[in-house]
Amino acid sequence: MLELAIGIILGGCALGAGCAMIAGIGPGIGEGNAVAAACEAIGRQPESRSAVTTTMLMGCAIAETTGLYALVIAILLIFVAPGRLVNILLESIG
Amino acid sequence: MTVLLLILSIIPLIAGILIKVLYVPASEGIDISGAHIFFTIDLPLGGLPITESQVNSWLVILSLFFFCLFLTHGLKTKNMSRRQIIAEWIVNTVDNLVKTNMGEFFMGFGPFIAAMLGLSACSSLLTLIGLFPPTSDINVTGGWALLTFILITYYKCKAGPLIYIKSFGDPVPFLAPLNIISEVATPISMAFRHYGNVLSGSIISILIANLLTNVSKMIFGFLPGYLGGFPYLRVGLPAILSIYFDLFSGALQAFIFAMLTMLYVSGGFPEDEYFKRKRIKEAKKKQQVIENTNGGV
Repeated sequence: MLELAIGIILGGCALGAGCAMIAGIGPGIGEGNAVAAACEAIGRQPESRSAVTTTMLMGCAIAETTGLYALVIAILLIFVAPGRLVNILLESIG
Repeated sequence: MTVLLLILSIIPLIAGILIKVLYVPASEGIDISGAHIFFTIDLPLGGLPITESQVNSWLVILSLFFFCLFLTHGLKTKNMSRRQIIAEWIVNTVDNLVKTNMGEFFMGFGPFIAAMLGLSACSSLLTLIGLFPPTSDINVTGGWALLTFILITYYKCKAGPLIYIKSFGDPVPFLAPLNIISEVATPISMAFRHYGNVLSGSIISILIANLLTNVSKMIFGFLPGYLGGFPYLRVGLPAILSIYFDLFSGALQAFIFAMLTMLYVSGGFPEDEYFKRKRIKEAKKKQQVIENTNGGV
């Protein structure tokens, strides 16, 4: 019975981490749009290349934030949560 | 003197490698346990753990300190040495960055921004010599973000605390809770962005190194003895990925952290009100001086 409970905890944590990383879709689309617009701008005005590149990198890094939140949650779920939850389970059993 | 300072700036890095080799237990396989705790100082309000990230960030600070001394000692106006040209280029670049992003009023921010850039970039680049990067610890980046938050609030309060409190009910007063949440979210998002980027880079590096070890064991496993266990594929290949995950990502995140600090501090500063207040104060002072001189006569 205890093995089953621990198995459910580990499986739930892994599934949760996988679900959390669905958030990676958003930044991917957003950064793709940003880079496409930057390429267009450079094509129209090649002399503004350096300014456009700097601004684009800034914007990309900020758009990445939501993805990174998901990543942090996934990392916590994989490496930190199982140990804590198993400890709580063992304590509640006594 | 020159050589001595250069050696002094390299010694902290060598000391870091020695500390790592002597005191940090080697991890076997995929093990992400965070910073190693060397010892804990007992304080009345609970223990203060001295971790790898603290030690490494102090080593980076020492190294940067001696490197700056090396660059800037013995400045001349004629026959400039190569060191001085590099130092002047760094100062000019940072000053230009601050000027274009924050305006003339914030020119005093140059040293702070340069320090933040250097500390953050060098901390992230510590992975290149195999040390634990302090920026992959949420406490370090959280501390920096807290510093930025204090600066933002200070400059928002510069034109009087009343205007600061009023700015929360900016479009309509009933949006005040949302404004407070967005105020608190600024340092949290800054801390998590930097920490997440560096940590994800190091985790991917660990996963790839592990994969390459297993693949090379599979391919070269038939060789006898120690030759069979040696991870041949790990030689050189991870370095290519390291160019993106360690070099580019670390430098970019340092730049973005400094850039966001500049934008938030100068963006939150109520310029019009501050200068209006300053003008009124100066006018009052002038009037008082005139009254005093008149009264004296």
